[in-house]
Amino acid sequence: MVPSRQRRHLFQCLDTICIFPDLSAMKNKINFQRLVLKNWVLIFLLLLICFFSILEPAFFSIRNVNNILIASTAVLLLAAGETFVIISGGIDLSVGFIMGFSAVSSATVMQFLFAKGAGYPEPVCIIAGCLAGLLLGLIPGLVNGILVARFRVPPFIATLGMYGIANGVAMKICGGFPVSFLPPLTGKIGNGYLAYYSSKSGLSLFQKPVLTDRADILALVRLVPVSVIIVAVLLIIFGLILSKTRFGQHTYAIGGNVDAAIRSGIDVPRHLIRTYVISSFLASCAGVLLVLRFTMGNHTQFGATYELFAIASVVIGGASLMGGKGTIYGTVVGVLLLGSLEIGFVMIGVEVFYRYIAVGCILIFAVLVDQVFPDLVHNE
Amino acid sequence: MDPILEIKNITKKFGGLTAVDDFNMHLSPGEVLGLLGDNGAGKSTVIKMISGVYPPTKGQIYFQGKEIKIQNPMDALNMGIETIYQDLALAENLNVYSNIFLGREKLKKSLGLFNILDHDYMLAESKTVLKGLDIEIPSLKNKIAMLSGGQRQAVAISRSIYWDAKLLIMDEPTAALGVAEQQKVLDLVRTLKTQNVPVIIISHQIHDVFSVADRLVVMRRGKKVGERIVKETNPDEVVGLIVGSVEG
Amino acid sequence: MHKSFNFSDRDGLINLLTRIGRNWAIIFLLIELIFFSVTGTGYFSLLNFQNILVASTTVMLLAVGQTFVIITGGIDLSVGFIVGFSGVICAKTMVTLVAAGASQILSIPVGITVALIFGLVPGLVNGLLVAKLRVPAFIATFGMYGVAYGVAEIISGNVPVHNLPPAVGFIGNGYLLYYLPGKLSLFRMPDNLAPEELKLAVGIVPNVVIIALFLILIFTFILSRTRFGQHTYAIGGNMEAAKRAGINVSRHLIKIYMISSFFAASAGIIYVMKFVTGRADAGSARMLDAVSAVVIGGASLFGGTGTILGTVIGALIIACLEIGLVNLAIPTFNLYIAVGAILIFAVLVDQFFPEITYKK
Repeated sequence: MVPSRQRRHLFQCLDTICIFPDLSAMKNKINFQRLVLKNWVLIFLLLLICFFSILEPAFFSIRNVNNILIASTAVLLLAAGETFVIISGGIDLSVGFIMGFSAVSSATVMQFLFAKGAGYPEPVCIIAGCLAGLLLGLIPGLVNGILVARFRVPPFIATLGMYGIANGVAMKICGGFPVSFLPPLTGKIGNGYLAYYSSKSGLSLFQKPVLTDRADILALVRLVPVSVIIVAVLLIIFGLILSKTRFGQHTYAIGGNVDAAIRSGIDVPRHLIRTYVISSFLASCAGVLLVLRFTMGNHTQFGATYELFAIASVVIGGASLMGGKGTIYGTVVGVLLLGSLEIGFVMIGVEVFYRYIAVGCILIFAVLVDQVFPDLVHNE
Repeated sequence: MDPILEIKNITKKFGGLTAVDDFNMHLSPGEVLGLLGDNGAGKSTVIKMISGVYPPTKGQIYFQGKEIKIQNPMDALNMGIETIYQDLALAENLNVYSNIFLGREKLKKSLGLFNILDHDYMLAESKTVLKGLDIEIPSLKNKIAMLSGGQRQAVAISRSIYWDAKLLIMDEPTAALGVAEQQKVLDLVRTLKTQNVPVIIISHQIHDVFSVADRLVVMRRGKKVGERIVKETNPDEVVGLIVGSVEG
Repeated sequence: MHKSFNFSDRDGLINLLTRIGRNWAIIFLLIELIFFSVTGTGYFSLLNFQNILVASTTVMLLAVGQTFVIITGGIDLSVGFIVGFSGVICAKTMVTLVAAGASQILSIPVGITVALIFGLVPGLVNGLLVAKLRVPAFIATFGMYGVAYGVAEIISGNVPVHNLPPAVGFIGNGYLLYYLPGKLSLFRMPDNLAPEELKLAVGIVPNVVIIALFLILIFTFILSRTRFGQHTYAIGGNMEAAKRAGINVSRHLIKIYMISSFFAASAGIIYVMKFVTGRADAGSARMLDAVSAVVIGGASLFGGTGTILGTVIGALIIACLEIGLVNLAIPTFNLYIAVGAILIFAVLVDQFFPEITYKK
């Protein structure tokens, strides 16, 4: 049978790599190579951690791990949502600005309720604000989905348009300035940790122990940031949705061959709308999380290019922009890779803009690996 | 008569997969050869090697008595080997005459310095060749995307005719056509025969092949499993060769 | 020419409506101009129109280069930072030469040439990645985006480059003609002007607009009249067909990305001439505006369609809108909303109006 183009490519490359005449040795070498290449991102991440730790021992510490995780929370959520969209064969450029939009919306609600002169207790303000941010954040996704699914606007354009609109609306709401004067409890939640350990007061859950001695305060060990727990829970939920449910299966199907999906009875337009709503929802979770962490809501700056780092992480994690491939797990590793890179560069004193170069190279490498070894299945 | 095309021991491998295995074929001027075989037999791969899309892994190709090395499609086109592909290879966003001249556009000098496209020339020439083939297309300035399957096939064929093919290869020429248009294509092939232009036809329509071809070559799993003169065989035997129930 | 429609002919009427629908962009632009002229102050003036043209230069040049890429079905995300990249190189070269004692007449052209040459390199790399290594354009050019930014920052040492020869600003902000009732002079203000006269002097046709116009006209010619342009459309329409027709698609694509890179470099150099400084992040905010301009102008991201004229109109729509909002003292974040909406509208409209059918 005439092999597909990808298969041919694979064989041609295997030809050049495998020079062993012995057939079984060749098979083993292929298997090992495949294993390495299938998990190259994880291996690269581990190598990177070793590299940075050697150059700067402080890299390999609980505090730093916490830092990397906390710094990556926003991108993790954005990239997770982006994973769904990219697997379905689309793309979502608006996630960065949806994040800003929901941050601003929820902060505005919180501020409004809180400022009404001790009218509402803090938890109510905060919950109301979060809900507002999450609910409002569904709207851009809905619009994106309808444009792509019903009006057949190419996803690039639809989300590019939404990018501008979401940003504009966000700036309108906040007037260009960060929304502050939020209930103080907000920051406590966003910056809290699951557990604190200190030799003085032992282990305490959720409550930061009250310590007076400065040395004690410095020696306080913080374990597992709350924000990371929230993100982890979301990632697990959506990862399971993608890999275990029929919804996830259909997402891969649509990305693989949309005609086949339509003809097998899948309601593709409705599914696509849901996909973009998921992306939007996760982006708004990221926005609400930002408010909880910084006790203020700000619109996304232009230079932040969150969406491009989200997309890069997804691709590095094994997805193909053509759709049909990718996993949440791969995306997470991709995000952590980029996050470690950023923090690592700062710690060893390399100018941060070098990371752009590094990200660019890693991205291209990821794509080349995917091309040369298209059989490495990334959808379990 | 000396063969115009000779293929000797042609093999094509894609890594571990052998698509074409030690294939031999020859074609004489004015002959119409039918290349038959089931899906995956290797027919398309053979003609893609002749038309320059793939280089052969092993073997030689002789054209007009000389051994040739075809590195790319332009080499084949320059030698007069024209191919009409199954998917027609037309640019949908360009109009009819642009497609006929695709890759070989006629230029004229503007202001004595720059080479620009000579649209009038290409339009006129295209009209002539289409009229000569008795093909009806309302306006040659319409984009291909607006034409029917039969009209597109006609454009693809006109392209090859216009460039004075010395060897014409047709991959499933009647596949997407209605009955009347199929007959027109077959008439065209007969016309080419009278002009001594050799034709290789790949087709699943055994009856079409029987109505125009002089000789048949049957492939199966990359190998040649049979060669017959059309007058000395019948469709049943040929089907048997294709599926392997008849030994070549 | 070949089509003649009389209004009793239904097909002719449909063709007319199709023509109008397909050319909605220019109608939109005119409506925009009329609207702002009526509601704004001083919008409908020579000074303002020149402002619009100058303000749109960066986006326009990026968009024109991008048009070539988009027609082939690709995209070039690196242009945003090639602007800064080449601007920084241009500025640094000029500064270094002047500091080493070279004259302005020498250092300015040399700086420009060096920047243009280096500006082609990212395009070359992009082209190689896309054509030879078959990396999807989105990824390849995004990778280059980062690399260009990083390199630009390295060269500029993370600070904007200053101390450029003054003639640079003179060219960048100068006009072709200066007019005063009774006096007309080329390239510089008329001599011996009294202070009141200085205020009244009017500049006509900014230099940067001339340069941009010149480049755009040349490449419009290339795209619409030459074989190179024809092949560009062919590759965008059906890459396989182009290959089988003998077109060297790989080489062509490399040239296309170099063209895009060239335009981005030109935009960077013009930026330097306007603002007399080289910044690594110049132009980064304009990149998506450039893509929007191309799409508003009628190109499809799938490739095969698009014209430079359409792109220019698209860029003007955005620029007129921006200046118009400023003129009406409406906060500029509404611009993002508007551009986003127009972009989506553009695609929807293009779907409703199919190709024109010729009957003869």
